[in-house]
Amino acid sequence: MKNDIVLSMSGICKRFPGVLALQNVDFTLCKGEIHALMGENGAGKSTLVKVLTGVYQKDSGQIKLAGIDNEVAIKSPQDAQNLGISTVYQEITLCPNLTVAENMFIGRGNYSFINWRDTHKKASDILKKLNIPTSATRQLGTCSLAVQQMVAVARAVDMDCKVLILDEPTSSLDEQEVELLFSLMRDLKSRGVGIIFITHFLEQVYEICDRITVLRNGELVGAYNINELPRVELISKMMGKELDDLSKLQHRKKEIPENAPYVYEASGLSSAEGTKPFNFEIHKGEVNGFTGLLGSGRSESVRAIFGADKITGGKVKINDRLAKISKPKDAMKYGMGYLPEDRKQDGIIDELSVRDNIILALQVMKGFFRPFSKSEAEAFADKYIKLLGIKTASSETPIKSLSGGNQQKAILARWLLTNPQYLILDEPTRGIDVGTKVEIQKLVLKLAEDGVSVTFISSEIEEMLTTCSRLIVMRDRKIVGELKGEDMTQAKIMHTIAGEATHND
Amino acid sequence: MIKALKKLSNSQLAIPLFALFLVIVFNLVRDLSFFSISITTNNYGNTVLSGNIISILNGASELAVLAIAMTLVTSATKGQDISVGAVAAIAGSVFVSVLRGNDITLSVILLAFVTACIVAVLFALFTGMMVAFFNIQPMIASLILFTAGRPIAYWINGGATPTVESPLLGYIGSFIPGIPIPTPILIVIVFGLLVTLALRFTNLGLYIQSVGINERAARLNGINPMLMKLISFMILGVCVAIAGSINVCRIGLINHETILIDIEMDAILAVAIGGNALSGGKFKLSGSVIGAYIIQALTITLYAMKVSSTAVKAYKAIVIIAIVVIGSPVVQKYALQLRDKLFYNKPMKITENN
Repeated sequence: MKNDIVLSMSGICKRFPGVLALQNVDFTLCKGEIHALMGENGAGKSTLVKVLTGVYQKDSGQIKLAGIDNEVAIKSPQDAQNLGISTVYQEITLCPNLTVAENMFIGRGNYSFINWRDTHKKASDILKKLNIPTSATRQLGTCSLAVQQMVAVARAVDMDCKVLILDEPTSSLDEQEVELLFSLMRDLKSRGVGIIFITHFLEQVYEICDRITVLRNGELVGAYNINELPRVELISKMMGKELDDLSKLQHRKKEIPENAPYVYEASGLSSAEGTKPFNFEIHKGEVNGFTGLLGSGRSESVRAIFGADKITGGKVKINDRLAKISKPKDAMKYGMGYLPEDRKQDGIIDELSVRDNIILALQVMKGFFRPFSKSEAEAFADKYIKLLGIKTASSETPIKSLSGGNQQKAILARWLLTNPQYLILDEPTRGIDVGTKVEIQKLVLKLAEDGVSVTFISSEIEEMLTTCSRLIVMRDRKIVGELKGEDMTQAKIMHTIAGEATHND
Repeated sequence: MIKALKKLSNSQLAIPLFALFLVIVFNLVRDLSFFSISITTNNYGNTVLSGNIISILNGASELAVLAIAMTLVTSATKGQDISVGAVAAIAGSVFVSVLRGNDITLSVILLAFVTACIVAVLFALFTGMMVAFFNIQPMIASLILFTAGRPIAYWINGGATPTVESPLLGYIGSFIPGIPIPTPILIVIVFGLLVTLALRFTNLGLYIQSVGINERAARLNGINPMLMKLISFMILGVCVAIAGSINVCRIGLINHETILIDIEMDAILAVAIGGNALSGGKFKLSGSVIGAYIIQALTITLYAMKVSSTAVKAYKAIVIIAIVVIGSPVVQKYALQLRDKLFYNKPMKITENN
């Protein structure tokens, strides 16, 4: 084997209560390579990284580092750092109100006194060496995000690291900033640092990485050289579907006549959350879906439709009439409902009862001065608790004590109760058991039969294929394609996501 | 019985009621006559009720009103307003200044009160804007008026501490002839009823709690979080004006330096004793009101025990430490387990603090 391996992990297992997060995962990193760690949500990428950085303790397996004969035990992030493993996280974990130099040296070494002149000189040298365009005495918070990210990298590198882990470092950077970071990464690579790069942006992987390791459901799918793994194959490996199998998959479709009236039409819609202006329309009784990898902008797009983020442009027509949607309440008035992707942050009001959570949206629509009586609210809540089979001790129970799936059903009940004409469901099936998933899909189809338009987003493509009659494909915050009818196959979707022409073979 | 007890021990009101129970038991053991209520004739020839209980209920009036408002602000903004005493000084000064400009009649008193209300609401809205629009922590935002409030009150009456005298004001501050109950108690009852009705016939409670628990989710359900925060501060303004005006009527003068001094701390404490989280979210107004009366009961008890007025604060602090510790999640969890063990013979679980 190659003798330039800097890190090798073998047979790593990690179990959480009820889940096997990592099963027998092997991973090797060579000197001077940029190695992408890929996988969908819950694939185990971050668990693997956290085992490596000492945040989690592995249950079994070996970690070996170059230059150390025995296997190493990493029990804390401090251990990892001492061994030369440094991490830069997605969110910048530095202190914005300190200077660049202070950020680079804070918390390192056991000194009571500090020589500021030396520190600043040392920091300036490193910045110069790595071509980071900022000065050591500048307050970090006033630098651009990319520079802050690079300072975090510089801090990691200066700690004499052999392994550098970059966990989604580019998600908040624009294209030029990404370029800056990439040139820094190439520079480090030429100095022999092994870099583990985690990202959801495919383009970036193919631009900068040498090798790819793919994980799925906590298991290793394989490690590949970048030029041996076309994008489509990468995606199919991440999703766990062989291309041949995929094309054979049957799916249900519901044809919507071309002349069916539009419920919602948008042109040039864009929001402050970085969605590029897009056009979108949905027929009455249609179920369509936004698909794309995580971070492709599918959630941001539906948030823009509902007015959840600040709208920066575009025209909206509802039932063929011009409409202005600048906040969720506007959308609700037009009979729209939105089940957010992040149930905990955006969905449930956790301390309130299941009943209050169910009636909330309808109550707001009814008006501040017209509260439902207790018996009315009780009746609504009980009806939907029964209808959707929400498992709760009573409607008075705080929603936070329910399981994730039941919380999700309660939020679904909240919007069904408003009797919407257009319902947006962002990942309604995430984190819930299979039975409930099927129920929710059935419910979506049933709603469509009753004339409700539904936009359905799911990370699981099969779900979208069984429910949607049209798919909008997104990549890097842009709509890159629209598939319907015969074109709706997993293979086509993957090709479109990957941005390659479909091959007929 | 046990079932009712179980329900009570799960309820948010368990702590304040338990604290109240302790204060009562303590006084029962100490001196039964503490609870006696006598009928006397006061200086104006009115037949009135007097006794420690009446003094507690009467003296806590301003605090009870402010505790209600503080609860709403706490719930919606996850923070507390520490300028209520200072703004009450402003409201009281405005109240006095309008009264002194006119012959005091009932309508002038009403006018003075409405003016005080408007001024107090405007000042509270200033803090509210800081909190709602600029996302400044309520305690920091209200620090501005905490510092500047009393000087502004000083300026309103030209630095003097003017007195206002009228039997009408006496009716508000102490007794209405023919009614043996102190008027401030009646005012609190009426105000409490109004608030209860407001909570029942509007969605104020639901909206404020939603905003306090999860602002993002509240917005996605069509609630305007900024507006709800501002409304909670507006209510605070009205409550501050009520408290300031009652206090002026009670004393018959306005001293901008001393009126309702340190009451913000008691109000915050009342909210905490009432079992409400100071980090916002779900609230129970009745808890805060009970909290206000507990604080006042403590003070009166200590006075009855001939503790000097300077030392009272120190004793109060000790009792409050006890109440707050009893109400803390750690002790609560232990208490619930103890309850289960005693009543249901369930084994104790090893408590793990995370």
